[in-house]
Amino acid sequence: MHKQGTMTRSTALSPETSPFPFDIRFNSSKAAVRQALAEVRQELAPLGLDIEELQIVELVLAEALNNIVEHAYAQPVPDDMITICGDHRANGLHFRIVDRGGAMPDGKPPLGNTQPISAEIEDLPEGGFGWFLIRDLAKDVCYRRIGTENRLDLRLAIALDWRE
Amino acid sequence: MEVSVKTEADFCVVALREQRIDAAVALDFKDTMRQAAQDGDQNIILDLSEVTFIDSSGLGAIVATMKFLAPDRSLILAGMTAPVDRVFKLTRMDSVFAIFPTLGAALSGQHA
Repeated sequence: MHKQGTMTRSTALSPETSPFPFDIRFNSSKAAVRQALAEVRQELAPLGLDIEELQIVELVLAEALNNIVEHAYAQPVPDDMITICGDHRANGLHFRIVDRGGAMPDGKPPLGNTQPISAEIEDLPEGGFGWFLIRDLAKDVCYRRIGTENRLDLRLAIALDWRE
Repeated sequence: MEVSVKTEADFCVVALREQRIDAAVALDFKDTMRQAAQDGDQNIILDLSEVTFIDSSGLGAIVATMKFLAPDRSLILAGMTAPVDRVFKLTRMDSVFAIFPTLGAALSGQHA
């Protein structure tokens, strides 16, 4: 088994020019999430993804990261860093997001069911869409609490068949 | 949050001059919309043609704005780009808003 990131790459992305795997570290704030998403877009640029694919990656990561900022770090811990690791494998883009904030309730992420759409405007949901979008758009979503760490793995089935 | 607000054909037209409605600006968006709506009783057309990214917090802020205006005034959405349209469709919130492809269509559609 080769170490990740040193596997033979396609001619388009040689090991020397490949950005993968990459790590982005940032503190828990909504502004830092925005910046981190911009960095992810930059890291993914060499893949030449369709704009639609890039938008889906950004949306899924935004939902996962905003959840961490709003819930895991509901009580801010100033020195803690959130880390996103991205890798590109034959079956798509893999991301691991790690933080040291509070655990998910009951140790598992929300089911992310569709929000009921009420006929009454005043009853319409203003939230609860985030995990629905993650589960709808991402595959192999796996959350684990390991010691004091939250570890969320997910895969986006895009940029497939990049190896000859 | 930067917006332009004008009255056109009996609507209050609010055009966002930002590319993102995300968690970082969701509160600001709600405040901005309340301010834009405070002097008047017209229905509001929100022109989203410059917005290229929305997340669930941004979606929630738009829903909150619609709820704030109801029951007397409605919020009409115009000019949604593909990534914004996708979030509305995936969450099925496209079924609760009046949505027009362009500002022009929103203005004339209401008078058709």
